[in-house]
Amino acid sequence: MTQLPTPSHTVGPFYGYALPFEGGGDMAPPGHPSAITLHGCVYDGAGAPVPDALIEFWQGDGTPGSLHRNGVDFTGFGRVATDGAGHWTVHTLAPKAPYISVCVFARGLTHHLFTRAYVNHGPDALLDALAADRRETLLARQGSDRAYRFDIRLQGEGETVFLEFR
Amino acid sequence: MTLRQSDIDAEVSAIREAYAKARAGGAPAAHHPPRDYAPYRSSVLRHPEQPLFAVTASNAPEAVELTGPVFGPADVTEFDSDLTRQHTGEPLGERITVSGRLLDSHGRPVRGQLIEVWQANASGRYPHRRDQHQAPLDPNFTGAGRMLTSETDGSYSFTTIRPGAYPWRNHENAWRPAHIHFSLFGTAFTQRLITQMYFPGDPLFAYDPILQSVTDDAARARLVAAYDHSLSRPEFSLGYRWDIVLDGPSATWIEEGR
Ligand SMILES: [Fe+2]
Repeated sequence: MTQLPTPSHTVGPFYGYALPFEGGGDMAPPGHPSAITLHGCVYDGAGAPVPDALIEFWQGDGTPGSLHRNGVDFTGFGRVATDGAGHWTVHTLAPKAPYISVCVFARGLTHHLFTRAYVNHGPDALLDALAADRRETLLARQGSDRAYRFDIRLQGEGETVFLEFR
Repeated sequence: MTLRQSDIDAEVSAIREAYAKARAGGAPAAHHPPRDYAPYRSSVLRHPEQPLFAVTASNAPEAVELTGPVFGPADVTEFDSDLTRQHTGEPLGERITVSGRLLDSHGRPVRGQLIEVWQANASGRYPHRRDQHQAPLDPNFTGAGRMLTSETDGSYSFTTIRPGAYPWRNHENAWRPAHIHFSLFGTAFTQRLITQMYFPGDPLFAYDPILQSVTDDAARARLVAAYDHSLSRPEFSLGYRWDIVLDGPSATWIEEGR
């Protein structure tokens, strides 16, 4: 029996006391020796930072995912809100897949946006199907010391490639 | 120039007429709002202009997104599903119980999965530092809850206070109809959904560009809960029923038992 879906709505501006949770950006337990940092900013079509976005990360990697952090185990699910400068940070372990799946919510987004942060840039069916300048937007760039930068541009020049799943 | 309700109404009507025309011409029903819905002004600079890249079983057979987080008992506590018992006193307002089922697009229950809810208090105020509405906070009401759907039929239920309508700054005299925000997970990350539930018969529906962003009448109606007297509890609360159906492919057809 096919059911018609419940429509999406914006997360709105006032989720801050409800959805972010303690340790939401700590997918790897604090101090894990092989943890990597993934971080970046969210920008709108005018190039302004988006200070009220909520971003979720999913990589699974053998974990069920959890909101609860026990301080010991890695969990493949993360959730962080952007700060006043549109910046977000998560600490995780290098994913087994070449990418970490990313889901963006914000005031003004009637429907969330999926994308991927590729930490490995090698051959990949999805990356290889994109034009070079578009492909670029999915590549998390390694800076110094195990930190990868992944900016998300919602619109306009350098617009991030967003995905739909069929 | 002041943006008035009549300006927003004209934009909403024009988009609705264009949709009706497209439907008459054979276009498929749109179950979700367009991402570029100008009457909701915050969407203008926040929607992609490039088409979304379609990920299918053929170009990404092992997509990580076909799996998803599976939450459990460690993620919720007993008081998370009764928003009226999170403080020492009783909150002000009309006590309600909201119940329903979480289903996938094949009508199968999504079992043991996390639902998060948040809402304004009875006066239409959120305990959020950026909420400037001059309505009172309620020291006995936070307005955030969590629960797991049942392991048998995917049902959920929580007790709360009916939220108030509140003003916002989209245009002059803009008011949101009373609503409860819902965050939902399916068995795959592709099924992720954040949405809002409304109450039947609210006179603000026609004026709200967020609800009207769902241009399809039947789809919009699916966001409105039904009053259900059999769910009202004597001397305690009024009952509303709202079933939620998740969109998006999942890998679970291969493990029918889940
Ligand atoms: Fe709201």
